[in-house]
Amino acid sequence: MDIKKVVSVVKKKKADFPKSIIEEIAEASERHNLKVKELEKLVDEIKKAYDRAEVEKGEAVGTVAAQSVGEPGTQMTMRTFHYAGVAELNVTLGLPRLIEIVDARKKISTPTMAIYFEEEYGTNEEFVRRIANRIGKIVLNDIIKDFNVNYATMSMTVEIDEDKISDKRLEYDEIIAKIEKAFKRVEINKNLLSFEPTISESKHAIRELRLLADKVRDLQISGVKNIGKVVISKEGSEWVIHTEGSNLGAVLKMEGVNKTKTSTNDIHEVEKVLGIEAGRNAIIHEAQTTMEEQGLTVDVRHIMLVADMMTADGSVKSIGRHGISGEKASVLARASFEETGKHLLRASIRGEVDYLTGIIENIIIGQPIPLGTGSVGVVMKERD
Amino acid sequence: MKGILKKISQINFGLLSPEDIRKMSVTKIVTPDTYDEDGYPIEAGLMDPRLGVIDPGLRCRSCGSKGGDCQGHFGHINLARPVIHVGFADTIHKILRSTCTKCGRVLLTESEIIDYKDKLESKLQNQESITTIIKEIYTVARRDKCPHCDEEKEEIKIDKPISIVEGNYKLTSSEVRERLERIQEQDYLFVGVNPEVAKPEWMVLTVLPVPPVTVRPSITLETGERSEDDLTHKLVDILRINQRLKENMEAGAPQLIVEDLWELLQYHVTTYFDNEASGVPPARHRSGRPLKTLAQRLKGKEGRFRSNLSGKRVNFSARTVISPDPNISINEVGVPKMIATEVTVPVYVTKWNIEQMKEHIQTGPKEHPGANYVIRPDQRKIRVYDETKEAIIEKLEPGYIVERHLKDGDIVLFNRQPSLHRMSMMAHEVKVLPYKTFRLNLCVCPPYNADFDGDEMNMHVFQTEESRAEAKSLMRVQEHILSPRFGGPIIGGIHDHISGAYLLTRLGSDFKEEDVLQMLKKSNIPFPERQKGDSWTGKEIFSLLLPESLNMVYKAEICRKCDECLRQECKNDAYVVIESGQLKTGAIDERAYGAFSGKILDSIVKDYGTDKAREFLDSATKLAISGIMKRGFTTSTADEEIPREAKDRIEELLSKSESRVEQLIDAFHNDELESLPGRSLRETLEMKIMQVLGEARDKSGEIAESYFGMDNHAVIMALTGARGSMLNLTQIAACVGQQSVRGGRIERGYSNRTLPHFQVGELGAKASGFVHSSYKKGLDPLEFFFHAMGGREGLVDTAIRTAQSGYMQRRLVNALQDLSVQPDGTVMDNRGIVIQTKYGEDGVDPAKSDYGKVADIDRLIDEMRIKSKVGK
Repeated sequence: MDIKKVVSVVKKKKADFPKSIIEEIAEASERHNLKVKELEKLVDEIKKAYDRAEVEKGEAVGTVAAQSVGEPGTQMTMRTFHYAGVAELNVTLGLPRLIEIVDARKKISTPTMAIYFEEEYGTNEEFVRRIANRIGKIVLNDIIKDFNVNYATMSMTVEIDEDKISDKRLEYDEIIAKIEKAFKRVEINKNLLSFEPTISESKHAIRELRLLADKVRDLQISGVKNIGKVVISKEGSEWVIHTEGSNLGAVLKMEGVNKTKTSTNDIHEVEKVLGIEAGRNAIIHEAQTTMEEQGLTVDVRHIMLVADMMTADGSVKSIGRHGISGEKASVLARASFEETGKHLLRASIRGEVDYLTGIIENIIIGQPIPLGTGSVGVVMKERD
Repeated sequence: MKGILKKISQINFGLLSPEDIRKMSVTKIVTPDTYDEDGYPIEAGLMDPRLGVIDPGLRCRSCGSKGGDCQGHFGHINLARPVIHVGFADTIHKILRSTCTKCGRVLLTESEIIDYKDKLESKLQNQESITTIIKEIYTVARRDKCPHCDEEKEEIKIDKPISIVEGNYKLTSSEVRERLERIQEQDYLFVGVNPEVAKPEWMVLTVLPVPPVTVRPSITLETGERSEDDLTHKLVDILRINQRLKENMEAGAPQLIVEDLWELLQYHVTTYFDNEASGVPPARHRSGRPLKTLAQRLKGKEGRFRSNLSGKRVNFSARTVISPDPNISINEVGVPKMIATEVTVPVYVTKWNIEQMKEHIQTGPKEHPGANYVIRPDQRKIRVYDETKEAIIEKLEPGYIVERHLKDGDIVLFNRQPSLHRMSMMAHEVKVLPYKTFRLNLCVCPPYNADFDGDEMNMHVFQTEESRAEAKSLMRVQEHILSPRFGGPIIGGIHDHISGAYLLTRLGSDFKEEDVLQMLKKSNIPFPERQKGDSWTGKEIFSLLLPESLNMVYKAEICRKCDECLRQECKNDAYVVIESGQLKTGAIDERAYGAFSGKILDSIVKDYGTDKAREFLDSATKLAISGIMKRGFTTSTADEEIPREAKDRIEELLSKSESRVEQLIDAFHNDELESLPGRSLRETLEMKIMQVLGEARDKSGEIAESYFGMDNHAVIMALTGARGSMLNLTQIAACVGQQSVRGGRIERGYSNRTLPHFQVGELGAKASGFVHSSYKKGLDPLEFFFHAMGGREGLVDTAIRTAQSGYMQRRLVNALQDLSVQPDGTVMDNRGIVIQTKYGEDGVDPAKSDYGKVADIDRLIDEMRIKSKVGK
């Protein structure tokens, strides 16, 4: 049964279902092979359940969400590192990761990407390996056969391993071009490179030679900025690249990369590359997987609310004094959270006015709070 | 409620001008002393009687009201020289930097002025923060030359905390004030000063307000000695220096001395406002303790805001140790008689309850259902004594309020800290019981996270009808069986409830009818109309609890997750089928009605309501307990005894694994180990060893497990989910396994070895904390030490985690607390900004949902079909 049919039945029954429920009904009716009569009855039943489950007006959803996200924190592990998916990569998990997410850190401790490919390339191991080598950081040290520093002649020879080059699917010419660009004083004789240090003072000659040696070894030949190690693994029939470090913008531009499935765990990067809505979804996804990985179930709605609050004004803001709490309208609310003196002093020269619409302000002055049963009043109608 | 309730609609913030300070002052303070020799306050001293009274007997010289009613009056000190207010030092610096020294205009060009004026005004109109724009102006207006009068501007720096330096010359406070005065009112807005409430020069003080004595009360010690408040001490310092400065100036003392004194005055005023300002040595008490001055009083967890305004001390509360009582309902709380006679409920006397109230008063304040106070219609509170009760009863009439003792059926609020979620405060019905502990039903332990190892809990008594009504319909325990976190039950059976129910309902458990009737009576289950006269199976007994229309199928906790499910024919009796309220197959365990996972409980709450769920839970737990009592249930180390043969097999397995580890190490040393991609050889070795040893423990566990049967009580507890896990049992019976610190094997201690008992660089299993022994066999000293290392890490971890997650939760709550669902279904904050157009994208309350879904559609369809079949 297709969705249209469900939509028409739902409309007939005057039910106002969100899309997710309609989709679910359609799926279920297909699974159970429902007749139209049965479908109508089902919609009736669901309408009843939906009305019963509707959120009450005035409900303090914010507090409930904050408690639901915060309370399991005590049950999470502190173990910073854990192996997720691929055994070779370390990913921050547990409470530290959750704190990182709500803090909206600019620099997260373990950025990582999962790169997927378009259907026609996904099963092509050769193609994926080539891309992986273009993404992952490769330094000259990774492709040399022999490295020789001669302190007598003050020179250095490097022998490039062609097998390794082909193993890593690199181009010899490109490498040479990169080397020539980086080092002026280099002689290239097929696979044999000889470097000469620029020695300004003979006193420091040995040191300079050593520095040059390190520089030569660490010369990056291939890779995308900010990405370090890459690991290739097979998920089902598909090849996937997991990376250490993240650069969503650059990777999405690469040929063959699946732009819908490829993801990063860096929320700010998602926001920068794909926009604030994607940033919101990234927060939801990251927070939820962190919780689930610890075996804790938290309803998405709570996490959604946290994410929506963090992204409400078009940029990702942190939860805390530098973000949401520091930008509250009420002076008393800000002063009672953190940096009490700063907010009170500033309010006094700015001549700020507190309209006492929030929760904490009303608690401070001893009035009922505008939530739940306190959000309604009674109006008496005069009898004429 | 008498009179009109006034509502505060707004609070305005602003600066006090020197005139304001003088105007509100009742007296000028000049003498740096407090009391004279006779103990009387000195006139024009810091304890001047016009500043207000604290002693209840005296009358205030300024307002004439009695002590306690008078909130106090400010005085003032005329400072001999102006002094910068610490809190504004930064702002003053920025303002001076952005304004012209000569003409006093802000250093913005005319076009910039128009530009920023527009921006600022639109922000102000929308009541948005102007801080970002002001910050921008501060940077833009950092010019070398005034655009208005072409005056060259010298760099102005701030020398933390309060010195302002122009070029190389340190500006005096008077000079700073003169410059601030020069700024024109039209420019105030651009430097962040609101001309309606403040002038920049007011940030440099010429007059200091002296807070009333009520703000800084002195305390009389037992010895009769008077001890003054920290603020008073600080004010004494200020006055003393101020006086000396004035005298020196009048006497025409050298400039140097005057400046020194001025500096000192500045220091004292600075520490008077903030004793933790960076760069200023904190002023100390005689004992060396830093003084708690104005900023310290407001700031932080123990400050005024968080400790006295956001949270307040209350009356009508009680706290004591908790203990379990399986015989009371989940909705109830056992309150010790001693507490019940102390905390009271106010009852309005009406003609319908006057007789009852008289009885309460007659019983007196000492006996239980008595009364402690009577409040007359004129608000006078009269204590009830045994001697006076007769007289009070005679006068009692409608309109009086009687504060009677707590009695059975009253609604109270019950709480256990830390209050991490809303289920940490729930409303219970009182049940007055003997002894001195609060009693609670075991099913409410999970939401409170309570146990009985000495936990204490708090109780609050509602004082108004409104609060009682709200508590009864919103906060009662039965309304919180489902957690809003995941939409499943958080209240449910624990420990013995679960092993009891399993023993009752598992295959082959039969009971004599007389035992059955006894159990039913104990559990408040009505006797079935027709008695069998024969033996009963446990499943038949449990079915009596289930609603008649209940149908469900699920897999129990004891399910072993066989490759192919035999469904109804399950050997473990793990396939639970309930048809029309009859438990057909399957045993009852944690998945049935345990906290966090109870399926039956879950569907009873959702389909039959909270009243039914409470009844079910009360009866089911009692039935399980009486069931377990019929049979008897105990565990000891004998439960973890395994035969010789098993021990040998485990020993063999472990030694094989250990030699496998040795092989790996040899391979590592001989460079024969192949490293995993992206890992060093050493890391690869570690990972492989960890894997081998992990497997070794699991396998030895499996061996031990194969000798355990379902007649073993420890195993029953582990498998039904009542308490403990199979891992615990294998650690006791077979092998404790690898100890870890920081996620890896233990490697710290001595250089390149963990303990001096090992070779340097030794990598073997034993040398890195593999505990070969079982708990039952006992750990050898080395193993014991490694085990303690792992254990210590766990403890440290927990301590850090609580602090971190607590702070995270505080931030989350603070950020989200103003959000609420509006009548149109959107979620808004208090500024009226829409956060979500529909709550959770579908407007469903997770607490009322079915594990996050509106309904279990598959189940709905199944039920529908069954119903239509029955209908036909």
